Amino acid sequence: MMMGAKDMRIFAAMIGFVCFAAATVAQAASTQADFDSALAAALAAEKDAGALKNRWTTTEQVLAAAKKAAATGDFDAAVKQAKQAEALAKASIAQAKEQDTAWKAGVIH
Amino acid sequence: MLRVITVVIAVLTVAGARPAAAADAINPDADFKAFRHYYTKRFPHVPLNDFVNGPYSMDADLRKQWQAIDEFPPYDFAVDRGKDMFATPFKNGKTYGDCFPDKGIGIRQNYPYFDEKTGEVITLELALNRCREANGEASYSYVKDEMASLTAYMAFTSRGKPFDIKIPNDPRALAAYQNGEKYFYSRRGQLNFSCASCHVQSAGEHIRTEVLAPALGILAAMPIYRSEWGGMGTISRRFVTCNSQVRGVPLEPQDENYRDLEYYLSYMANGLPISGPGTRP
Repeated sequence: MMMGAKDMRIFAAMIGFVCFAAATVAQAASTQADFDSALAAALAAEKDAGALKNRWTTTEQVLAAAKKAAATGDFDAAVKQAKQAEALAKASIAQAKEQDTAWKAGVIH
Repeated sequence: MLRVITVVIAVLTVAGARPAAAADAINPDADFKAFRHYYTKRFPHVPLNDFVNGPYSMDADLRKQWQAIDEFPPYDFAVDRGKDMFATPFKNGKTYGDCFPDKGIGIRQNYPYFDEKTGEVITLELALNRCREANGEASYSYVKDEMASLTAYMAFTSRGKPFDIKIPNDPRALAAYQNGEKYFYSRRGQLNFSCASCHVQSAGEHIRTEVLAPALGILAAMPIYRSEWGGMGTISRRFVTCNSQVRGVPLEPQDENYRDLEYYLSYMANGLPISGPGTRP
């Protein structure tokens, strides 16, 4: 059975509504426990970056912002920032590991 | 037939590996020559000894401003203070001069050096604080104030003396040298810059209003009065600031990596005159 233009619009609107509702529910789900978990992962990655002597100031700033957001009860923002900090820390680790040998490419010969 | 192919592959593999092994060998003398050649070829109009003047060797207008500023050098007060500090005995009656060869006068060009007893690089800043600690005094901050004054005075007594950094025939010294070289060329911080990104590839270029200094002789003018800082700063301060500027968390002043970096850069400057203390924008 073919869908008419009107049916297509209704179908698209329904999908949009379902996606919006799902996203809203997901966002509203952030709790202190979610934040604690995200923060622990970020701190673990940052500790590894520190062991390589390659932490980034940006990671530290985002971590501080995450803690500040959690302190005000805004766990949605806190979780988002903690995850961002973890991603930054992992990028700094990847940079250190890559540069462990890649630095030689820049040496003047 | 299979054995012949295997032997040929093995021979080719060994032959191919040789240049790589040679490239990995630590050769400070070859590095020195290549480093010197790079800058003199890229900036043929700059007299060799003028590289120690950093951005002023790269930009005529900036040089005029510097010459005007240097009629009343902003680092003079630090030299005077350092001279007084140097002459003032510690509580036990000894002085800084008792910790150094030639009573600490005219020796800045020999730092940093590799201490074969402890197996580490000793910078002038580290030696000064170790001198204080050995005489029962508290150590100073490595980045400015008293440390900048002391090193300003010691640099002043060495003005014009050529850098004379030695790398003893000791695998630990070579390892420290290479670690410094590695730190210099390694990218870091969120901006993914190495020291070389600014001071090799972009030397003489502008970054905002600043002219980037060439790495050749870059430590000869230290410590410096920096307008951006509104005061004096040491080599430690310069390294810490560089790391922060590329969004990297700086190491502790006098971290082994910073000391090795200073060792590498100073070796590259061998033969160039000490010009410190200096002035920078």
